[in-house]
Amino acid sequence: MIKLQKVSIKQGDFSIEDVSLHVPAGCYAGLMGKSGCGKTSLLEAIAGLRPICSGTVTLNDQDVTHLKPSSRHLGYVPQDRALFPNMRVGRQLAFSLEVQSMPQAEIDQRIRELSGLLSLDHLLNRYPDGLSGGEAQRVALGRALANRPKILCLDEPLSALDEGLHEELCELLQSIHRELNMTILHVTHSRPEAKRLAEKIWHFKDHQVQPVD
Amino acid sequence: MDWTQLETALSGLQNYLFLQAQSHRLKSDIPFFTGMICLAGFYILMILLMVCADLCYTDFQSLRQTLGEPEIQYSIQLSLFSCSLSTLMSLAVAVPIGYLMSRFEFKGQSLVDAVLDIPIVLPPLVVGISLLVLFNYPPFHWLSDWVVFEIPAVVLAQFMVACAFAVRTMRVTFDQIPRRYEQVALTLGCNRSQAFWRVVFPQSYKGLLAAGTLAWARSLGEFGPILVFAGSTRMRTEVLPTSVYLEMQSGDLKGMLSVSILMIALSAAVLVLARIFGMQRINA
Repeated sequence: MIKLQKVSIKQGDFSIEDVSLHVPAGCYAGLMGKSGCGKTSLLEAIAGLRPICSGTVTLNDQDVTHLKPSSRHLGYVPQDRALFPNMRVGRQLAFSLEVQSMPQAEIDQRIRELSGLLSLDHLLNRYPDGLSGGEAQRVALGRALANRPKILCLDEPLSALDEGLHEELCELLQSIHRELNMTILHVTHSRPEAKRLAEKIWHFKDHQVQPVD
Repeated sequence: MDWTQLETALSGLQNYLFLQAQSHRLKSDIPFFTGMICLAGFYILMILLMVCADLCYTDFQSLRQTLGEPEIQYSIQLSLFSCSLSTLMSLAVAVPIGYLMSRFEFKGQSLVDAVLDIPIVLPPLVVGISLLVLFNYPPFHWLSDWVVFEIPAVVLAQFMVACAFAVRTMRVTFDQIPRRYEQVALTLGCNRSQAFWRVVFPQSYKGLLAAGTLAWARSLGEFGPILVFAGSTRMRTEVLPTSVYLEMQSGDLKGMLSVSILMIALSAAVLVLARIFGMQRINA
């Protein structure tokens, strides 16, 4: 569950005021809006990467407004994926587990699960610069899912992909949602994409988030 | 003049204007590139000619003789030790300063930025004098017997200048690493320190190598602050630039050139090693 209550963000000339949003647990939610309207800022505020001036952020019934990003237990995939350039795919997937000092056997087991789920077996030894757009997106998803978060925040995950890959990843996101029963907040500027994937859609317009019927 | 003639004349004029505009647009690029290449070539040629002149003016025999002298041997050892130590110290300071200045905005940041540039713009002799004066005041004064005109003074004088260059390099390095990597690492369970050491620092190795090379080369060439703050005592605080100075004072031009050539060779070796090491890391 993701709940924003009267959240305000201010950064230089840019501001969002009194935004409220409630995504029920297990829901695949789409957040639409034009480029530059503040969708990414809102996602960053949910992930704890952008300070908010006022309001509260609640994730799975826990008030996380003042918690650090590492304590919010959510998966975050930025628009540019931000795969660590100095790490092979296997280590990207293991990253969050290594940070927790999880035993190596459990890490290996989790990497096997993820590479099966996301078809990454043949890519585990590659560096990010040797991946195609679709492969990089799957790795970014795997890295975000490794720690078994209950909430997944996706920032324009399907932009800059060709039609075939777009469809392939749409199916993958749907299967992840179905199999892992997660709450997903998917930010996009594409209405067809939001309609294709999301159970509920919100539109970010004039600094306000409105539900779309 | 009838209508057809007027139309033909106008069309001719139109064609003429179009061709004029075309010929203006398609002016040759040769003068532009010639000018650029001449200016660049002049500087590169001057560098090579300077090195060649040094090499031509001396011979292998005097080079071997000078480098075999115990004073010069001591000077080489002290230079290698002090430059390496000041480089390590510079990197240890430059990494946190470069990172903090790159990632955080705070009140007075411009002032701190300007302060960090002071050792770069300050005349070298003034750096030495300032250090000398500083060690007249406590708590530095309590250490002055072990520092001033001793080996630590050599290292400190080299560090004060070399570090400023290392800081600049590291700041640019961290500026070029997108913040997004750290942000993602934070959402993956890292605290700030883990995000830095696991994600940012490994990506900065090229900058670290460049900063280290620059700091080492700056330290090797440092003379003014060392002369004032550490003195020029043979077999004590004598580093290679001091040797050049002392050889010049005694009128030994061949000795002076031999030490200079050694310094050129050392700088070139560090540069080449840094590049080879950098390339290996890239290919790994």
